[in-house]
Amino acid sequence: MAAPLTLLLIVAVTIRAVLYRSSLAELIAERVEVVSPITAWKRVIEGLALLDLGVSPYSGDVFHETPLIIYLFHFLVDYAEITFMLADVITAVALYFAVRDYNKKVFRKQKFALEADRYPHDCLELIRRPKEMFYIPLKVAMFYLLNPFTILSCVAKSTCGLNNAVISLFILTTIKGNVLLSAVFLCLATYQSIYPLTLCAPAMLYLMQHQFIPVNFRRVSFWWFVTQYLFMFLGSLLVLTCLSFFLLGSWDYMSSVYGFILSVPDLTPNIGLFWYFFAEMFEHFRLFFLCVFQINVFFYTIPLSIKLKEHPVFLMFMQLAVISIFKSYPTVGDTALYLAFLPVWGHLHRFLRNIFLVSCVLLACSALFPVLWHLWIYAGSANSNFYYAITLLFNVAQILLVSDYFYAFLRREHHLTSGLYLKKKDGSEATLVLK
Amino acid sequence: MGLLSDPNRRRALISMLTRLNAPICMLCYCAGVCWFMGLAFEPFTLRTYMSENAMGSTMVEERFPAGERALATAREFAAHKKKVGGMPVDWLVKTMQARGLEVFTQSFSRVLPFPDENKERYIVKGTNVYGILRAPRAPRTEALVLSAPCSPGDNNNQAVGLLLGLAHYFRNQIYWAKDIIFLVNEHDLIGMQAWLEGYHHTNTTGMKWTPLQGRGGSIQAALSLELSSDVITSLDIVLEGLNGQLPNLDLANLFYAFCQKIGVLCTIQGRLQRNDWDSVSGYSHAVQTMMLMVMKQASGRPWGDHGLFLRYHIEAATISGINSFRQYKTDLTTTGRSDLYRLVEGMYRKLNNLLERLHQSYFFYLMPSLTHFVSIGYYMPAFGLLAVILLLRALDLWVQLVAPPARTEDGIAEIEQQSSPGVRSVLTPLIISHLTGAALYLMPVHFQEMAVEHFPVSETEAVVLTAIAVYTAGLALPHNTHRLVSGEGTEQGWRVLKLVAVLYLAVLLGCTALINFSLGFILALTMVPVAAFVTPDVPKVLSAIVFVILSPACTLLFSVFLFQELQDMPVSLQDGWMLYISVISQGILDHYLFGSLVYPLIALMVYPCWLLFWNILFWK
Repeated sequence: MAAPLTLLLIVAVTIRAVLYRSSLAELIAERVEVVSPITAWKRVIEGLALLDLGVSPYSGDVFHETPLIIYLFHFLVDYAEITFMLADVITAVALYFAVRDYNKKVFRKQKFALEADRYPHDCLELIRRPKEMFYIPLKVAMFYLLNPFTILSCVAKSTCGLNNAVISLFILTTIKGNVLLSAVFLCLATYQSIYPLTLCAPAMLYLMQHQFIPVNFRRVSFWWFVTQYLFMFLGSLLVLTCLSFFLLGSWDYMSSVYGFILSVPDLTPNIGLFWYFFAEMFEHFRLFFLCVFQINVFFYTIPLSIKLKEHPVFLMFMQLAVISIFKSYPTVGDTALYLAFLPVWGHLHRFLRNIFLVSCVLLACSALFPVLWHLWIYAGSANSNFYYAITLLFNVAQILLVSDYFYAFLRREHHLTSGLYLKKKDGSEATLVLK
Repeated sequence: MGLLSDPNRRRALISMLTRLNAPICMLCYCAGVCWFMGLAFEPFTLRTYMSENAMGSTMVEERFPAGERALATAREFAAHKKKVGGMPVDWLVKTMQARGLEVFTQSFSRVLPFPDENKERYIVKGTNVYGILRAPRAPRTEALVLSAPCSPGDNNNQAVGLLLGLAHYFRNQIYWAKDIIFLVNEHDLIGMQAWLEGYHHTNTTGMKWTPLQGRGGSIQAALSLELSSDVITSLDIVLEGLNGQLPNLDLANLFYAFCQKIGVLCTIQGRLQRNDWDSVSGYSHAVQTMMLMVMKQASGRPWGDHGLFLRYHIEAATISGINSFRQYKTDLTTTGRSDLYRLVEGMYRKLNNLLERLHQSYFFYLMPSLTHFVSIGYYMPAFGLLAVILLLRALDLWVQLVAPPARTEDGIAEIEQQSSPGVRSVLTPLIISHLTGAALYLMPVHFQEMAVEHFPVSETEAVVLTAIAVYTAGLALPHNTHRLVSGEGTEQGWRVLKLVAVLYLAVLLGCTALINFSLGFILALTMVPVAAFVTPDVPKVLSAIVFVILSPACTLLFSVFLFQELQDMPVSLQDGWMLYISVISQGILDHYLFGSLVYPLIALMVYPCWLLFWNILFWK
């Protein structure tokens, strides 16, 4: 499997290198769908310039990345293109190994269940086969590397690529069962953009499953593990924040990075839901709705964790999707990360209901974004409502996609316990409805 | 959400849509065409009205006195033009300075990618002269532009005379709140492009020009004048700009309002409006006017010097004087009744009252007459009905692709077998047809020298004929490549390819229609039937002929004939062919000179998409 992966990496790097050299790179770097005020490379350059002049990069309202990023690029600014390509490669490779391990585990679990004769007999067609599972890791890497969204994001040098790399390393270490590294990478991801905090729940669930600790609030071992994990997580977070403080010698970055993410002062249009809503709102409602919108991102953790506590990796996918849909400054790079997981759930396809509709809408929206932007900004003949309508449609399609997978996953699990051909009490064929 | 989550109702709906797919598609197509034709029917259209308060309610009085002098200036200009044999730059500078303007010049040069045979130019060098009248009443942050092209020969002298006359008159008035820029541009659109790029510090087309020495505020609106005779019978307003962009409808309303006030005949597309909408001839008149607008818009060309302003978010229109053989003529010379001058003066005074850019009225509209318009909400359904056909076909194909294997005994094994060649047999035609498209885009201009060396043709002909040759070669080249890749064309394979192609076409046409409705609609009209009903099982020869007839290139050919017919200038086949060649060369030139998007769109997207359907036809 090494050869196809290498080939894939070479192809992906070549595409990116070619695009970096073309005139498209500049155009892409300006697109609001690809870069947000946080991740824009132009702003990183500005921060670097300020840093070189001995001014705090956070003075002024341009730079909003974390101190570690600016120090990273302080050394790597000449190799920025290579760094971003490397970040994509790391993400893809990490996802590849993570998914391979996860699939092994799924297969082993299925084997035990089959041996214990736990599945109903009419469910044999739901059983996953090694032949179909063999190519999934490669497909995941391909979905990530060759996804136009990822390519655009990389060519625009959006720092979103680095965040994705950190998150995928977190996923890899979690699936490998390494508690300390998992906590450290989760902490790095949280430090970068706050929202990955919600990935804490799936990580702990997975690691507990890995170490055979029951998820039970009355067990000491459960609380002991949670304390351990949180200690590691918060400890490394403390180290990181202090490190950032010592690097810059001030706490400026707190308000400028996290305050910026949470209070959403920059209403530049993007593919998210925040900008239009807050641009239209009366000022005195702002705080209230800000809280509502931000809590919305974090809130899904609780119901999803309860429902999916047996399936932490699927939970992780759901969380990534929720973050990328509801975060304050989403870009297509965030979307690309969770889209990379779709091949892992390829076996759910027979239960998906809206996949055709949703993929058509996503496709159309991706094409319409630049068109409506052109009509609004350059031609002046359309207005922001046109653009926001597409944003809304894009997000609705994403939500439908995710909930469709959620439904399909739950339905498969249901069939695995109670048989594929469900009968109503009167003997007619029953259908499952998600309400 | 019931429809999305209730499986029973979904199944019922989908089975109905697949069962009745063909009739519904036919119905949609007819409905789309009927809807479009209905747009010109007067009771279905809206009457134009002035939306902008700053221009609607305020009164202005026009009292331009010096018609005679303006005509004399025009004669003087003509004489100097003849003497210099081009644009009399020094005389213009001197005259403008004498009128009290700040005068600047800008020189520019441009080598065309290939010689333009229509206007007989290849290496273009020229000078723009413009004078700025500084606003006495306001902080000079905004400006209006009045331009007149200095055309070769005897054309347009009166426009320059009018411009200079107005400059003289405006200078003495105190109510100007916006800078007024009087621009005389040489080599029409090329000069205009140079001036606008210089004014806005952009360079999108690689033209060489000297930077502007003086500039006014941000330009709010612009008018371009075209007058070639001393006597005019009516005034025509031209709205269609680059890439089918239109100025705010209020500009047309303003023009109409003043024509009414002053009592000048006004036309759009050179056609008067008629009141007998309920008669057949009245309706066909409206349809023809609208069709002319649709075809002009679809061409994506700037149809007057104003066309390039629109790109910079400046509302602009061209006003041209028409001298036709009618009994009542408006005489430019009669002092006190010099209607045209008063019209332009009045329009500028109203524009001067603007508090913000024109934005109240519509930007997306079609005009079956100058008094009636169709807004985007009314014409989009016509396109929507055509686009729905594609989506219905896609749904049908999807159902066919997904449904049968799930029911068979060993379904999974079958899917495995068929899906992997499916992906490859889709990717190969996609890549090959796009490469053909790229060749169509790049080859004509880059290989013109080689073509000229080897064939007895001129450069322009070489470009066009290369384009046609590549286009035709594309028909022969890719239609059985999938067999090389995957052996035998599978049943599943062409369905997947058709699904991809249909969705591609739908997205492509949708985006096109948003930017340029007319182009999107014309392409949809010809490509949708082909896309909807192509399968490898239809009779080859007959459908191949239909295919070629409905291909983008033939659509253009028919459009040329139809356009001539609508303009009451029918052409013979021979002339039509020559015209066709010149239209193609103009389209390519427009792309390289002004950044028109029609040529790359057709070459890089529409043509490859059409090739995909061609591919399906020859699948087996």
